[in-house]
Amino acid sequence: MMYPNINPLVLFFASIFTSNILLTNFLGMCSFISISKDLKSSNGLGIAVTLVMTITTALNWILERYVITPMELGYLRYIIYIIVIAAVVQVLEMIIDRVSPNLYMVLGIFLPLITVNCAILGVALFMQLRNYSFIQSVLFGLGSGIGWWLAIVLLAAIRKKTENAPVPAPLKGVGITLITIGIMAMAFIGFAGMINVQ
Amino acid sequence: MEIIVAPLVVSVISSVLALMIVVVDGIVNNYGEVEIDINDGKKKLKVKGGAPLLQTLSSTGIFVPSACGGRGSCGACKVKVLSDVGPHLPTELPYMSKDEIKENIRLACQIKLKKDIKIYLPEELFNIRKFKGIVENLKDVTYDIKEVRIRLVEPNEINFKAGQYVQLVIPPYENIKEPTQRAYSISSSPSDKNHIELLIRLVPGGIATTYVHKYMKEGDVVEVVGPFGEFYMRDTNADMIMVAGGSGMAPIKSIILDMWERGITDRNVWYFFGARSKRDLYYVELFQELEKKWPRFHFIPALSEPLPEDDWKGEVGLITNVLDKYLSSVIPTDNSKEGYLCGSPGMINACIQVFDKHGIKDVYYDKFA
Repeated sequence: MMYPNINPLVLFFASIFTSNILLTNFLGMCSFISISKDLKSSNGLGIAVTLVMTITTALNWILERYVITPMELGYLRYIIYIIVIAAVVQVLEMIIDRVSPNLYMVLGIFLPLITVNCAILGVALFMQLRNYSFIQSVLFGLGSGIGWWLAIVLLAAIRKKTENAPVPAPLKGVGITLITIGIMAMAFIGFAGMINVQ
Repeated sequence: MEIIVAPLVVSVISSVLALMIVVVDGIVNNYGEVEIDINDGKKKLKVKGGAPLLQTLSSTGIFVPSACGGRGSCGACKVKVLSDVGPHLPTELPYMSKDEIKENIRLACQIKLKKDIKIYLPEELFNIRKFKGIVENLKDVTYDIKEVRIRLVEPNEINFKAGQYVQLVIPPYENIKEPTQRAYSISSSPSDKNHIELLIRLVPGGIATTYVHKYMKEGDVVEVVGPFGEFYMRDTNADMIMVAGGSGMAPIKSIILDMWERGITDRNVWYFFGARSKRDLYYVELFQELEKKWPRFHFIPALSEPLPEDDWKGEVGLITNVLDKYLSSVIPTDNSKEGYLCGSPGMINACIQVFDKHGIKDVYYDKFA
C-alpha cells in the first residue's frame, strides 16, 4: 500500500494550524458556535473532542485497513465509523467518570454530544480518503482535535471581548460570531500554502 | 454473498463494541460496597455502589419524594448531603436556590454513589413505605367521586398524620404502557391503621382517575407509597377555618375525624364545603351528626348553583362569598385563626385573598395540580 509522503509531525502541526478542521473545512460548527459562549465549557469540550478524535481515528483506521477495504465494504464505511465513535464515547465517559471525576464534571453533558460531532467523522473520512498510514492518521486525528480545541478556546475568548463591544444591534450574538469565525478562518488559511497536506 | 457479509460485518463489529462497553462497565462501574450514613449514624446502610442515590435509597425502603421518577426533571428529590460528593451538576442547578447550593442540597437522582456518603433526611421520610393492599370497598359517594377503601396487607399498618397523602400506583392499562403514580389525600382517620381510604374524582381523560373509575374492582391488589405531605393540623389554640371543594373533602375529613377521636374538641372548627348543586354534596349526614355531638364544630355546606328540585335551605353562593360573610359577621373575632384549604388552585387562591382581607395569615393548603 502506498501512503502519501508526508512526515507525520508535519501533518500533526498542519492539522492544528494551516488545515484546521474547523476553520478550513467548517466541520463541527454547531457545537463550536453554541458552546463557545463560555470559556470553561469550551475547554472541556475541546479536551473531549481531542480524546475521542484520536482514539476513533486509530480504531477506524484499523477497521478500514483490515475489514472494510479487504472485504470491499466501502459503502458501510459511514455506519461503521459512527458505531465506533458512539461506542468510544460511551466507554470514555465511564472511564473518565471513574478515573477523574473532576474532568468528568467539566465535560459533563458535552461528552455524549460528541457522538454527533461531524468533525470526528470528518477526520476519519479524510484519513481514509487521503490514504494515510496508521501513524499519520493518529497524529492527524490528534492534531485535528487540538486544532478544534484551539479554535473553540480562541473563539470563546474573542466572544468574551465582543460581549461588551459596541456591536450593531442586528449583528449581536450569532451574527458577530459568524463574522468572527470568518476572520479567524482567513487568518488560519493564510498559512495554508506553506504545507500541502492533501 | 455480499448480502450476507455486509450485515454480518456490521453485527460483528457492533457486538464486539457492545461487549467492550459491557466489560468496561463491569470493571469501571464496580464501586463495591458503599455506606450511606443517614442523620449522623441514626441509620447506616450498606449498599452496592454505582447507582444513583435516589434509586439506592428506594431499594432499601426509604422513599424520597420524586414526581418524575429520577429523571432529574421535577427537582423534588432534594437531599442534604453532608460529605463531599463533588460540585453541583449542571442538571441540578436549575432547581437550586443560592441558599440550597450553599447548604449542599442535592438532587438524589443525580448523585451517583461512588464512595461512603453522609446525608440528612427529615425523620418523617423514614416512615414512608411502599404498601401492598387490597381494594376492599369501592363506593360512589357522588356521581363523579368514588370512595376507595384499601385494606393494607404488606405491611398491614400505616402511621400517618391526618391530612397527609399517599401516591397510588396505577398499573399499565389500555394505551398506558408504564406504571404511573398519582397523589391522593387520605380521607380515613389515622386510628384506622389497617386501611387507607381515598376520595377520587373522575377527571375526564385522567390516567389515574379513569383507571380508578372504569377499571378498578373490589379485590384488586394495589400499591401505595406514602405517607407524604405537610398538610396537617397545627398544634395551636387558634380557631380552625377549613374550606374544601369536591374531593378536597378527603384530608379535611381525616383531620376532623382525628380531632374528634383524640378528643381535641376545645378548638373552634368551621368547615365550609363548596359544591355546585345538591348532587355534588356528600358526607353531609356524617358532619351534621358530628356537629350535634361537638358544639364547637360547625359544618357549612354551600351551593353555588342549587337546582329548583334541590329544595336547598342552606347557604347559597360561591364558597368565597360565604366564607367572607361568616368571617365578617358570624365567626367571633376574639381568637386567632388558622386557615386550612383543600381544593382546586383557583378556589385556594380565591380563599387566600379572603383570609388576607380578614387578617388571617396562617394558611395551610393542599393544591390539586
